[in-house]
Amino acid sequence: MSAALLYALTGAALFAIGLAGLLLQPHLLRKILAFNILGSGVFLILVGLGQRDGTIDPVPQAMVLTGIVVAIAATALALALARQLLDLTGQMRLPEDRSDAEPVDD
Amino acid sequence: MTDFLDPLPWLIVLPLAWGTLAFVLGPGRGGRLAVAAIALQGALALQLAGQLIDSGARVYAVGGWGASLGIDLMADGLAVVMLLLTQAVALPLAVYARGYFAASPKGRELFWPLTGFLLAALNALFLSADLFNIYVTLELLGLAAVGLVAIAGGTQPVTAAMRYLLATLLGSGAWLLGVALIYGTYGSVSLAVLTPLIHSGAPLAVPLAAALMLAGLLLKTALFPFHFWLPPAHGGAPAPVSALLSALVIKATFYLALRLWLELFLPLTTVAAAQLLGALGAAAILWGSVLALMQSRLKMLVAYSTVAQVGYLFLLFPLATQVPPAAAESALAGGVMQAVAHGLAKAAMFAAAGSMIVATGRDDIGHLGGVGVRLPLTLFSFGLAGVTLMGLPPSGGFSAKWLLLGSALETGQWWWVVVMIVGGLLTAAYVFKVLRRAFLPRAAGDRVARVPRTLEFSAFALALASILLGLFGAPLLELLAVGRAA
Repeated sequence: MSAALLYALTGAALFAIGLAGLLLQPHLLRKILAFNILGSGVFLILVGLGQRDGTIDPVPQAMVLTGIVVAIAATALALALARQLLDLTGQMRLPEDRSDAEPVDD
Repeated sequence: MTDFLDPLPWLIVLPLAWGTLAFVLGPGRGGRLAVAAIALQGALALQLAGQLIDSGARVYAVGGWGASLGIDLMADGLAVVMLLLTQAVALPLAVYARGYFAASPKGRELFWPLTGFLLAALNALFLSADLFNIYVTLELLGLAAVGLVAIAGGTQPVTAAMRYLLATLLGSGAWLLGVALIYGTYGSVSLAVLTPLIHSGAPLAVPLAAALMLAGLLLKTALFPFHFWLPPAHGGAPAPVSALLSALVIKATFYLALRLWLELFLPLTTVAAAQLLGALGAAAILWGSVLALMQSRLKMLVAYSTVAQVGYLFLLFPLATQVPPAAAESALAGGVMQAVAHGLAKAAMFAAAGSMIVATGRDDIGHLGGVGVRLPLTLFSFGLAGVTLMGLPPSGGFSAKWLLLGSALETGQWWWVVVMIVGGLLTAAYVFKVLRRAFLPRAAGDRVARVPRTLEFSAFALALASILLGLFGAPLLELLAVGRAA
């Protein structure tokens, strides 16, 4: 097994773990962490598959740097919203999904 | 010097600049600046459209660096149609928003900066020429849109914003994973480089990437069954925000899905996948319309109507996949026309709904009595927008549905015709539900105040544009054909 494939498979596993966390964990902080794990998995695949015959390709490195900046901004926004939700409802989770059919009241 | 005056980069720099300036000016300031700047953006988009009609699709190397090291921007007919739609919707909405936030200040503090960033992200997305740049613009768009949903504060909007944020982040995560697989396979993210490389015998990573990217886009476009986040987000935000989101933001991801399907991944597309997309679209039309009919809040009704209208956009995929080129072109024209018509009409509808809510002081269809007498122009705008959504002649929605119907009959796919007709009837039902209430006399205890003129006229301008599109849509279709091989 080549190093590139090893990186890619680890990245795919991280993506799957993050996806499961994002969908299944009710706690918002866990969801936000899960998103970061998912993102790290993608970055690992990007860097891992981006090397040719052991030489490092700088382009995916630059992409991952940009991706990290984007992920930080998204995480900050998510944390700010979660904090606001905590202040408003006293809970760190999304309220139960109301059925589509029912009109939503404030 | 001519390079400096090129409209292409300015369409991205300008909204970014006025958005930042509006933030520096302080809470709620910058509305007049925004209106002036968006008018200028509109002029730039028109200039770009003229250049395309004269001399074909264009590429612009940002900073003169050129691709691989620098970032290329690309403008073809499809991109410029979307750019024109964006500025055409944003200008009346900016005028509307100034009046709206004067009457109803909740959420005005950060509206202008976030709108500037949103428009910059949209323009950049339409002009992007590589998959990674698209990822960045998708994230910028998502973050600005989530911020706009949350600006009013309160439990419902913040919850909706959080749910929207998680959905949109998952969508872009899937997109980036697809980009990683594509880069790993071909060593490039440029659309121009990749398009000739991808063929039907591509390694397994490529169809997997295509599926991931498309799934991410469907989640962000809120196609049934991924629509769960849309109604609370679009229905709970202030009216100008709902209008921007429903008219433009979901169109951006639809635009990308269209580009992937018709250009980049064309050799990989199958009839079965296209039929699946069409079936999801059909389900969205029926489900969204029925739920719209069941709503008691006006803005939620309009938001569910968006879920339904998104469905029409996806009918284009089965109609344009592995069929004779003429039918495919007709389907593409119909789908893009539907995107433009819906953008204008839905912006008008949310704007009119917002005026009615300002006037009655509550978001409740049951208390719309008297609106027809007090706000005739607003109700007329709502009705005109409804005409476009129903697809009655001579509106833009009619042209769109006519093209789609023609393509469906030509390719023998009659089942989509049934869906479109039933969807049109359901649309009529929920539009008339609002109109009927609004024409009733005012109930005892209700109040219907007058609203500023700018609110009424900006909504009317949007609704009128959606109708005129049906009469004068031909140049738009001519523009759409620029840069397309077929």
